Amino acid sequence: MDLKDSILELIRRASTDLSEDVVKSLSDAYENEDEGTPARGVFKTILENVEMAKDKSTPICQDTGSLLFYIDFPEGESEKKYSEAIELAAIEATKKQYLRPNAVDPVTSKNSGNNIGVNAPYIHFHQWDKDEVRIRVMLKGGGSENVGTQYKLPFPPLKAGRDLEGVRKVIIDAVVNAQGLGCAPGTLGIGIGGDRITSYALSKIQFFRKIGERSSDPKIAELEKDLNETLNKLQIGPMGFGGKTTVLDVFISSQARHPATFFVAISYMCWAFRRKTMVLKNGEVIYD
Amino acid sequence: MIKLQIPISEEDIRSLKVGDEVLLSGTIVTARDEAHKLMVEEKPEFIREHLKESVIYHCGPVVKQSESGEWSFVSAGPTTSAREEPYQSTVVCEYKVRGVIGKGGMGAKTLEGLKKCGAVYFHAIGGAGTLIANSVKKVKEVFKLEEFGTPEAFWVIEVEDFPVVVTMDSHEGSLHKEVLEKSKKIMEELL
Repeated sequence: MDLKDSILELIRRASTDLSEDVVKSLSDAYENEDEGTPARGVFKTILENVEMAKDKSTPICQDTGSLLFYIDFPEGESEKKYSEAIELAAIEATKKQYLRPNAVDPVTSKNSGNNIGVNAPYIHFHQWDKDEVRIRVMLKGGGSENVGTQYKLPFPPLKAGRDLEGVRKVIIDAVVNAQGLGCAPGTLGIGIGGDRITSYALSKIQFFRKIGERSSDPKIAELEKDLNETLNKLQIGPMGFGGKTTVLDVFISSQARHPATFFVAISYMCWAFRRKTMVLKNGEVIYD
Repeated sequence: MIKLQIPISEEDIRSLKVGDEVLLSGTIVTARDEAHKLMVEEKPEFIREHLKESVIYHCGPVVKQSESGEWSFVSAGPTTSAREEPYQSTVVCEYKVRGVIGKGGMGAKTLEGLKKCGAVYFHAIGGAGTLIANSVKKVKEVFKLEEFGTPEAFWVIEVEDFPVVVTMDSHEGSLHKEVLEKSKKIMEELL
């Protein structure tokens, strides 16, 4: 398979076939909700839809998101080769209805019709020491992206100071503000520290973790566990209908901050948590 | 489960209450941000007959065109309705719309408009794109496709047993208001 075709297949999988860890998490949430509640009904519909999308190879959600690629490649590889293949794959994926055309020029409001635009698809390149190429894609929906937010601590309205307790407070606030608007139950990616840009970047890349995967930093792992429990007490529930499951998981990571700044970036991923990975090694393609 | 056929009378719509599960059948129209802006600013006539006593669907579908030129819906769940809050009550009253399907609910201005002009907010399951596309039996017409692009165009579609839940009714009832107030109270205890 050539590079463009293997990336096309990666996009098809991301859009139509929800990863196992997410499906399991949604099934558990269905079992956990009480019989006869709207929340249970929502999960039933979600699970039916996920299965149907996989069978028919059609998008789980019509908002197939912004295309975000993360590529790790060995020394000596050309970035251009990958960006060209990605563009061609995105165009073909749009023609095959794996993707909705989602690249709009903000000045003219014109939709390009093929998912190609300035910085669309967006590609993060990273060179690494392995002799293989890893291509990861995330389809990031617009509704959930709109409820993402960034706080700077201290945040006086919540008496949130510059410590993990302050971080905890603003995360709870963000989820209450989001209600069902980001297609709850969401998964949160949190970046602590860094600057305005890197805090969001760190929050987004957390979405490549598997549901249930805790941070290697014990203090952060503790906060993740606490927030998983706390946020699910808010009774916002799936779609904001009320219920026991408001988030599927919370992934937090930290990085160095400037002495004067303390940012907390919160990215919200809808329940249709779409991301896939492929690895190219010795001419072979391996999908996760 | 309540089955409703579109066009819907004002009396039937006013009998609905928050929490009612409904299966909608008949002709509805998709409209998102560009369409709402247009309906408020220019009040176009071409869409009037399709909206009267009908339902607006906040949706930007994935569509397919056959070789003979016919359109069909591939994936078509609801989009976030909150973006239409500035426009919705004006559109509902101007075009005599009986219902709005979307996700996430809407605010006080819309709730007031639903009461005043006799309409409800139907919540569909966000993200259930393939499943809902299955309820779309036919694409009858499309307006502004070239100008607005696929997601933002007005798609006039025929649906059968489209599953929704009433989360805002014409009597000032709103599940979204209830859940928000409750979760804010719980948050105060948790902080």
